[in-house]
Amino acid sequence: MRRRINLRMSGLGGQGVVTSAHVLATAASKDGKFAISNPFFGAEKRMAPAESYVRIGDEKIYDRGELVYPDVIMIFHPTVITMGKCYTMPFYDGIKKGGLVIINSDKPLPILEENLKFLEDQEVPIFYVAATPMAVEVAGTELATNMAMLGALMGATDLVTMESMEASIRDRFGKKYVASGGTATLDEAIKKKFAKKEQLLEKNMATVRKVYDLGADWIKTVKSPVLV
Amino acid sequence: MSSKSLIGTVNKKGQKIVDPEYLFNEAPRERFFMTGSEVVKEAIRRASVDISVSYPITPQSEAAALVGELWVEGYVGDYFRGENEFAVMSECAGASFGGARVFTTTSGPGTLRAYENFPMWVGSRLPIMINFMVRGVNSPLSIQPDTLEIGLVIDTGMLIWHAETAQEFYDYLLKGFLVAEEPDVHLPIAICIDGFFVSHTKDDVMITPIDMAIPPYDPYRSPVPCMDMEVPPVRMMRDPFVMKSNYISYATQASWQQETRAACERSRKHTVRLLGGLIEEDRSDAEILIVSSGTALAQGREAARILAKEGIRVGTVKIKTIRPFPTEEIRQATKNARLIFVPEFNVVGWMAREIKACIPDNHRVIAGPHVAGGMTLPPEVIVDEIKKVLAKNKEAIHG
Repeated sequence: MRRRINLRMSGLGGQGVVTSAHVLATAASKDGKFAISNPFFGAEKRMAPAESYVRIGDEKIYDRGELVYPDVIMIFHPTVITMGKCYTMPFYDGIKKGGLVIINSDKPLPILEENLKFLEDQEVPIFYVAATPMAVEVAGTELATNMAMLGALMGATDLVTMESMEASIRDRFGKKYVASGGTATLDEAIKKKFAKKEQLLEKNMATVRKVYDLGADWIKTVKSPVLV
Repeated sequence: MSSKSLIGTVNKKGQKIVDPEYLFNEAPRERFFMTGSEVVKEAIRRASVDISVSYPITPQSEAAALVGELWVEGYVGDYFRGENEFAVMSECAGASFGGARVFTTTSGPGTLRAYENFPMWVGSRLPIMINFMVRGVNSPLSIQPDTLEIGLVIDTGMLIWHAETAQEFYDYLLKGFLVAEEPDVHLPIAICIDGFFVSHTKDDVMITPIDMAIPPYDPYRSPVPCMDMEVPPVRMMRDPFVMKSNYISYATQASWQQETRAACERSRKHTVRLLGGLIEEDRSDAEILIVSSGTALAQGREAARILAKEGIRVGTVKIKTIRPFPTEEIRQATKNARLIFVPEFNVVGWMAREIKACIPDNHRVIAGPHVAGGMTLPPEVIVDEIKKVLAKNKEAIHG
């Protein structure tokens, strides 16, 4: 694994793009690594483009802000690519050689041939994962899409341990958390879906684990080395 | 009663009032992974704050709301939301005139809306702490980080510190009160951080124990009487000298303005004691230096790291206090430098201007790279700029 992994997560407001970055970075921190996560968004509203960035490494990280040269790009919604709901065009701009793209879609997206060729030349495989259907299936809510995306990443890369991820999710959802208005509303919405907080934590973790397995299976099919 | 005499006592939340030197240098610390907004909550929890007034504006709204939580928990004496930022800062002044330790936060347009109050706080010698979580102030509108805001407040007379990381932010919030409230300083202090880059970024922070707090503000150590209508500084507001064109009015203007500026300068010794210096140097003997503050310097550190791998040695000088400006320190730190790069998150490059104004041979200063309006400043851009200038210099030397 590279000494520093930079991740860019692009999605739509309300999908948990910011939350998953914080949860992932917290897990990495619990693993004893250096980590930093920060969000980037305009007006805070559902369906508006939202991005977040995570940097994980084995030495102190100073770099922060919008990530221009990522190792991993995670696309939380197909329209990030198909409708350009993104701060970065094209979506893969700046991707490093031997990186990884994870897209939440149950089928390959109509990406231009020349763009696919570019990614192929850069030896960047695309992992299509049906994160939202998996979230609905396992957790019973599409609000767990971000958990599914984290599971996909972990399965494909083992970037953080399952123990730390569980502890991190517990940190975020297990206690009172003060956030902005939009985030607080969604926190309330997801809590209402479950009778008990413990159930919410369990379903989130079940989603992570289920999609982890898909990621672990997928990475075996990739011929070029990823993040090496 | 001096505030020191409260050391060893317990406040209403059961926190032990401890000697600040002990708290900063010896007390055990626990590692947390938290955002800058959460850092505000944890620092203010331990800061014996009497009152905080707030008004929402991105990116400081979360921090302001978290201070409200502290009030609910009983750690902050009083808390309310003002009518707008101008009102907030005026209300802070009222509370400070009354002898309270006051903390508030704002960002970008909020800072400008409240602006009139800042020089007034200075002239009134109110040691209010304001946290600027800086963001764009321009049109087209941007909520993203931009340090033009700091450039606009540097000459208000306040002490201005700029924290690079969540850790520094935590420490500055606690230490800032102590420096600002020294009798020979007694001025407002602005603790600046870059919005989002620090406020919304999760980072490692070592936090002091929850059951220890710094001594409360002691208004009787103020160099001016608190809220006395007949003597300065309140008398000056009640009955402005500017209305009377006489010798006394001119003399008062001149002496008082010089005194407040001198008070800012006198904060140096206290700041050096608590922050270990007004600047922080790393390999500053290098021929190429990156000098800046806040996140711009952080990006510079990453650039220096990239260049080191390519065999190009670059040092960094971080400016911790923008007011008072570390003039002598910068002169010393840059004396052997051939090229001084000043990366910035604003369109005008005010930091480069400040540095150019205080060092000899200031053609060595390269104002940039800078980005504005919320654009990102990747380390690679700084690396490119340095290489470009180096290549040009080589050409000039070797023809």
